[in-house]
Amino acid sequence: MKAAVLVFPGSNCDRDLAVAFRQAGFDVDMVWHRDAALPIGTDVVGVPGGFSYGDYLRCGAIAARSPIAAALRSHADRGGYVLAPCNGFQIVTEMGLLPGALLRNAGLKYICDTVPLRVETASSAFTARWGVGAEIALPIAHHEGNYAVDADTLRMLEAEDRIALRYLANPNGAADDIAGVLSANRRVLGLMPHPERACETAHGRIDGAALFRGLAEGMLARA
Amino acid sequence: MRVRVTVMLKDGVLDPQGEAVRRALGTMGFDGVQGVRQGKLLELDLADGTSRDEVRAMCDRLLANTVIESYAIEMPAG
Repeated sequence: MKAAVLVFPGSNCDRDLAVAFRQAGFDVDMVWHRDAALPIGTDVVGVPGGFSYGDYLRCGAIAARSPIAAALRSHADRGGYVLAPCNGFQIVTEMGLLPGALLRNAGLKYICDTVPLRVETASSAFTARWGVGAEIALPIAHHEGNYAVDADTLRMLEAEDRIALRYLANPNGAADDIAGVLSANRRVLGLMPHPERACETAHGRIDGAALFRGLAEGMLARA
Repeated sequence: MRVRVTVMLKDGVLDPQGEAVRRALGTMGFDGVQGVRQGKLLELDLADGTSRDEVRAMCDRLLANTVIESYAIEMPAG
C-alpha cells in the first residue's frame, strides 16, 4: 500500500500525515509541488494542512493550480483515494474535487482547539472503523474553516450521504455544522479537523488513528 | 495596459470581515452604515491587445473562486 504526501511551500502537517500513514502500514513518499507525477502505484494521496503558498490570493488557490495538482486530479479521476485535512480541504475544494468553499471563520478568529464531532456515515474507507453516529474529538487549527455551499448542493450532499463529519458545537460558522465531506465515489475526504494529530497517546488522544487503519483495511479488502 | 479586477464575495455569502468593519464604524460614531462588504482589487499589467475574454478566463480559473465570489473587470477604453 502506497501513500504519497504532497509538500507545498508552507505545508506544515506533511510529516505528521506521513507518520500517521506509516503507522497504519503504508509506504510513504513525499512529493514536491513542482513534480508533475505521483509515484507509480500510489493508492492514496495526502494533501496536508498548513499554509500553502502563504495562503496568498485565497487559501489553497495557488496550490490547486500547481504542477502536482494536475497529477492529483488524474489520481482522483481514476478512483484513487485522497485524504485532505485542513489546508488540504481548502485545496481540493479550490480544485473542484469536492463542492463548496472554505470561508473565514464566522468569529474572525484563528481557532486552535480540540472539538467534538459526530461521524455521519460509515460508508467510506475513512469512516468505516469509527462507525456511524460515533462521537469523537479531533484537533482543529484554522482561520478559514467556515464551510460554504449553496442550498441545492447541500441537499445533494445530504441525499447522497456524503457528509462525513459534523461538529457537535459549531466553532466556525460552517454550513449545517459540516466538518468533512466525501466525493461522489467516496474516495476523496476533505475535512477541517486533523486526524493525523490524534494518532498516538503522546498526542493526547488517538481518535484519528481509526481513519488511517480503516483506510488501510479498505485497501487490503479491495486488493 | 493596466486592467483592474475587483473580486467580491457574492451577495448572500456572509462576509464576517465586512460585518466587523461595519460594527467598528458604528462604534466610532458613524451612524447609518447599513452594510460593508470587503473584497479585493487586483491590478494586472497586460500586453496591449489582451482581450476581455482572456481576462475573464484568468478570473474564472484563478483570480476568483466563482463558488463564492463574483468579479468585475475594468479595461482601459479604446
